[in-house]
Amino acid sequence: MERKIRVLVAKPGLDGHDRGAKVVASALRDAGMEVIYTGLHQTPEVIVEAAVQEDVDVIGLSILSGAHMALFPRILELLRERGADDKLVVAGGIIPKDDIEELKRMGISEIFGPGTPTSQIVDYIKREVEARRA
Amino acid sequence: MGIDLKELLERFGRGDRSALSRVITLVENRSSLAPEILDALYTKTGRAYRIGITGPPGAGKSTLVSGLVQVLRSKNKLVGVIAVDPTSPFTGGALLGDRIRMQEIGLNEGVFVRSMATRGSLGGLAEAATDVADIMDAFGKDFVVTETVGVGQCELDVAEACYTTVVVIVPESGDSIQAMKAGLMEIADIIVINKSDREGADNIARQTRAMLELRGERNGWMPPVIPTIASQSKGLDDLYEMIDKHRQFLEASGLLAKHRRTNIERTIRALVESEIYRTIWNESTMHHLEKLVDEVMAGRISPRRASRQLLERLQEDGE
Ligand SMILES: Nc1nc2c(ncn2[C@@H]2O[C@H](COP(=O)(O)OP(=O)(O)O)[C@@H](O)[C@H]2O)c(=O)[nH]1
Ligand SMILES: [Mg+2]
Repeated sequence: MERKIRVLVAKPGLDGHDRGAKVVASALRDAGMEVIYTGLHQTPEVIVEAAVQEDVDVIGLSILSGAHMALFPRILELLRERGADDKLVVAGGIIPKDDIEELKRMGISEIFGPGTPTSQIVDYIKREVEARRA
Repeated sequence: MGIDLKELLERFGRGDRSALSRVITLVENRSSLAPEILDALYTKTGRAYRIGITGPPGAGKSTLVSGLVQVLRSKNKLVGVIAVDPTSPFTGGALLGDRIRMQEIGLNEGVFVRSMATRGSLGGLAEAATDVADIMDAFGKDFVVTETVGVGQCELDVAEACYTTVVVIVPESGDSIQAMKAGLMEIADIIVINKSDREGADNIARQTRAMLELRGERNGWMPPVIPTIASQSKGLDDLYEMIDKHRQFLEASGLLAKHRRTNIERTIRALVESEIYRTIWNESTMHHLEKLVDEVMAGRISPRRASRQLLERLQEDGE
């Protein structure tokens, strides 16, 4: 049987709106994925616990607040602690170029800047999950 | 795939939540390991009390589940939650948003929440949801709470497979009539009027009670109507007490055992039927079927006669 791709879309940090995250969540759903959406203001602990309970293949983090250098490394660390670091972690939002390099070194697989077409995100996730399952 | 089943079940037995999660995935995906897993875990099931929460979209079910779970946790009960949302029939995808309203239980050690999409399999949802409930039961949960949207027969089947079925409606014009039409009242053991902070709550409670009274008791139980304001955590203790009362009623009357019997019978039937279905429609019967269709198309025999010929052939094969 065909295995569905399960994605957790989460918004860590304190910034106020989740329009972008919702647009991406809908696009992933329309591409046939099962998207668990958790809403605003999530702590790293809550995100990782949800990712474990939902056994997702992918965690998509959306952030606008500028707190990514504090929050993302913590999420990656918690995933490692739980033995869940096999999950694909991608991020979207406003993230400066220097930080992108560093976050990728830490284990965020890809970072999508504002205005990235959702089709590009869909294709990337499909390709990466298939490669990991193979 | 390299899955060490023995190691996985060992971790499951030790209470490892990642293992619980992975086991659910394997069973939900109907992996080739699923039968072995379910057989191994089945002897540990039968302890968890199963509550179904259903009602129209937006009625406040997830908010209510979150509140009810907190009441259960305050009594030191371990809880599993299954939140079912529909799969889009067009894309096969699903947006599972119940966790948005379950933030308060997101980090509670004694709570495990799993979102499930209906995945459009004919009647398979009830089976899959029951399997997941069995797994949580085997993991040691005292309660398994399943949320489904109260539309469509599959969702109603899921709710009905639970011991206590709570139907949630809101004070909106015609909501109780809609619920009646959708068959929700038929399966309700308890009716919750959520959003009772809104105007018209008393009215709908009265209407609903009147409707239930017209219908009368079902198996000796008269479904109570309970007002709640889930978003303010009001009425949840009343709800828990009523669930407990219903449970005691089911236990004392022997209906709980009967209910479990019916569920087990349904499960065995479904398994046998799907196996028969799978074996019947093998390549050779499909081939024979094609030829019979040709015969019918040519006007030589009727579809009924064709079916008898096919059945005779199957009987010969079986002997
Ligand atoms: N006014 C009011 N709003 C509520 C109440 N319970 C839930 N809500 C809101 O109703 C909306 C839908 O709630 P949700 O739990 O997601 O409903 P579900 O679709 O039935 O699971 C959310 O915005 C909740 O905050 C309530 O008792 N009163
Ligand atoms: Mg819900």
